[in-house]
Amino acid sequence: MAYPVTSPAEPKASAGLPSGGLSRYLWRAFVAQREVTPVIITVALFIFFSVDSSNFLTSLSLNAAAGFAGPVGAIAVGEVLVLVLGEIDLSAGQVFLTTPWVMYWLWQLGVPVGWAIIASLLVACGIGMINGLIIVKLNVPSFVATLATNFILFGIVLIESNDTEATPIPGSLPPQTSSVVPHVGFFGQVIGVWEWSEILWVIALALIIHYVLRQTRFGVRVISTGGNLLGAAEAGVPVQRVKIMCFVLCSFLSGAVGIVDAVKYGSMDPGNAGINYILYAVGACVIGGTALTGGRGTVIGAFIGAVLIGVLEAGLTIIGISTNDFYVYIGLIMVVAMTMNGWLDRLAARTRTS
Amino acid sequence: MSETPGATVSLEESPTSSEVVLEVKDVTKSFGPLSVLRGIDLSLHAGEVLGLVGDNGAGKSTLVKILSGLFPPDSGRLLLKGREVRFHSVEDASAHGIETVYQDLALIPQLPVFSNLFLNHEITKGGPLRLLNKRKMRELARGYLDDINVYVPNVNTEAGQLSGGQRQAIAVARATRANASILLLDEPLAAMGARESRLIIDLVRNLAKSRNVSMIIIDHNFAHLFELCDRVNVMQGGRITIDQLTKDTSLEELTELMVSSYRSQLQQALES
Repeated sequence: MAYPVTSPAEPKASAGLPSGGLSRYLWRAFVAQREVTPVIITVALFIFFSVDSSNFLTSLSLNAAAGFAGPVGAIAVGEVLVLVLGEIDLSAGQVFLTTPWVMYWLWQLGVPVGWAIIASLLVACGIGMINGLIIVKLNVPSFVATLATNFILFGIVLIESNDTEATPIPGSLPPQTSSVVPHVGFFGQVIGVWEWSEILWVIALALIIHYVLRQTRFGVRVISTGGNLLGAAEAGVPVQRVKIMCFVLCSFLSGAVGIVDAVKYGSMDPGNAGINYILYAVGACVIGGTALTGGRGTVIGAFIGAVLIGVLEAGLTIIGISTNDFYVYIGLIMVVAMTMNGWLDRLAARTRTS
Repeated sequence: MSETPGATVSLEESPTSSEVVLEVKDVTKSFGPLSVLRGIDLSLHAGEVLGLVGDNGAGKSTLVKILSGLFPPDSGRLLLKGREVRFHSVEDASAHGIETVYQDLALIPQLPVFSNLFLNHEITKGGPLRLLNKRKMRELARGYLDDINVYVPNVNTEAGQLSGGQRQAIAVARATRANASILLLDEPLAAMGARESRLIIDLVRNLAKSRNVSMIIIDHNFAHLFELCDRVNVMQGGRITIDQLTKDTSLEELTELMVSSYRSQLQQALES
C-alpha cells in the first residue's frame, strides 16, 4: 500500500531497463540477488587476467587462486552465520590454525589420526561454545570477546610449540611412510592431499550452510535473532542458544577446513597469526553482500567474495604486479561492492513496490 | 461517523452478558518503596474489548506485564475462566492463551510476512532436520489473512517493506493465529495515521466479534479507546477508579468523570 516513494518525479526504475513480461521478471530476479555484485566483479577480473596473461588459465594459477579462496571461503562461510546474528567472530582465523595444531599434537602423543581429528574438531566446537557463552552470559560484545580468544589461542599455540618452525602433518606424509599413518591413501586424498579437495570441501560446506540458513527452522531463528533480538525473544525464539550455536558452527567450519588446509600443505607454522585470515574472511562476506548490521547475509555471496579475493591475488601475481598493490585493490573493491549493494537494494525495493 | 462500534452492539450481544474469561482480584505490586498497583480488580468477558486508560505511572503497563507473565504480582489472584493461575514466564501465559502485542516492534523486518506469522511455530518437514514447509506456510498465511480481512500486497513481502499499520495488523494476526483467547495490546494505534488506525480498529473489532477473542488495550488517546472498546477502565494511582461501558456513556461524559475523579483525588492529597 502506501509505501513511501522518494519522489513522484523519479523515473521508474531508471533508464535503460527492459520493460515487459519475461525480461522484466528476469531483471527483478537479477536485482533481488545479493550475490550479483561480487559475481560481476569476479567475472570481470577473470576475463581481464585471462586476456592480459595467457598463463592465467593454467591449472597452476587457478590452483593458486583456489588455494587462497579455500581458507578465506571456509572462514567466511561460518562467519556469515555470526554476522547475520549482528555479531562478529574474530577468532575463527585462529581456530582455522589452532585446530590442525591440536590434531598434530594429539597425533604425536600417539592418538590415532582419526581420533585426533575428531578430538581436535571437538576442541574447535568448544572454542566456539566458550565464545558464545562469554558473549551471551557475561554480556561481552562479540568483537571484544572473540578478539580476546583469538589472542589467547595464538599465545597457547606459541607457548606449547616453543615457536618452532613448521611441523609436519600426518595426512601429507609420503606414501612409503604409510605404515605410520594407515589412513593415508584415499582418506588422505579426501582430507586434503589432492590439490582440489580443499576448495571442493568449502563449496560443499557453503552449499549446506546456505541451505540451512534459507530452508530450515534454525535458519529462520538465526535471521530473526539478528533482525530483531527483542521481537524474536518475545516470540519464544531461544535467542541465547541460537547465538551460541552459531559461534560453535563458525568455529567448527573453520577448524574442519583448517585441518584440510594443513594436510594439503603438509606443514604449519605456529607463528602464523589467524587474524590475517579473519580480516580477508570478513572482507569476503562484505564483498559478497552481507551487511554487518545483522538480519541479512548470503553464504553463497561470501564464498564468491572469497573466490574474488583469490582470483585477484593469483591474477596480480601472474601478470607481474607487486603483491603490495593487492591490498589497495582489495580495499577499492570492498568500497565498490558495498556501494553497489546499497544501490541494488534500493533498486530492488523500488522494483518490488512498483 | 454515525455507526460508532458501541452503537452497533445490541443489548443481547452485550459483552457483559457473556462468560467472564479473566478476573484480576486485589492485585498489588511494588517496586522497592514504590507502590505501583494498590489493589486492582478487573474482569474481562469473552469477546470483549477492554480499554485501559490512565496517566504515565498509573500502573497500566505494570498490570499488563503481570497479565502477560513477565513478572508475578506481590499479592492478589488471577483467575482464568474461574480457575486460579500463576504465570512463571511469558511462555506460561502464552500456553494459557494470553498473547501480548508490543506496538509494531514484534516483527522481524528481514523476514517475509508468512515467516513472521509462523515465527517459532514454523511448519516443518523432514523430521529432525526441520526443513521449512514454505509452501504450506504461504498457503495457510494467505487463507488466514483473508479470513480476518488483513490485506498485504503479498505474503512473500518482507515485513520491513510494509507500512506501520500493516505491520501492526500482522503482529495482531500472529498473536491470534496461535489460538490466543486473550490479547494484550500496548498502544496499538501509536504513531499511526487515520487510515492505518481504521485498519487496526476494524481488525480488532472483527477479531473480538467473529472469533470471540477478548482484548485489553492500553492507549493514551482517549478517543481511540472509545472507538475501539466495549468498556473502558480508568487507572489512577494504582487503582481502577472508573469502569464504564462505552455504549452507556459518551466520550464527553467519560472525560468529565475522569476529570472530576482527578479533582477529588487531588483534593484528598492536598488535605492529607
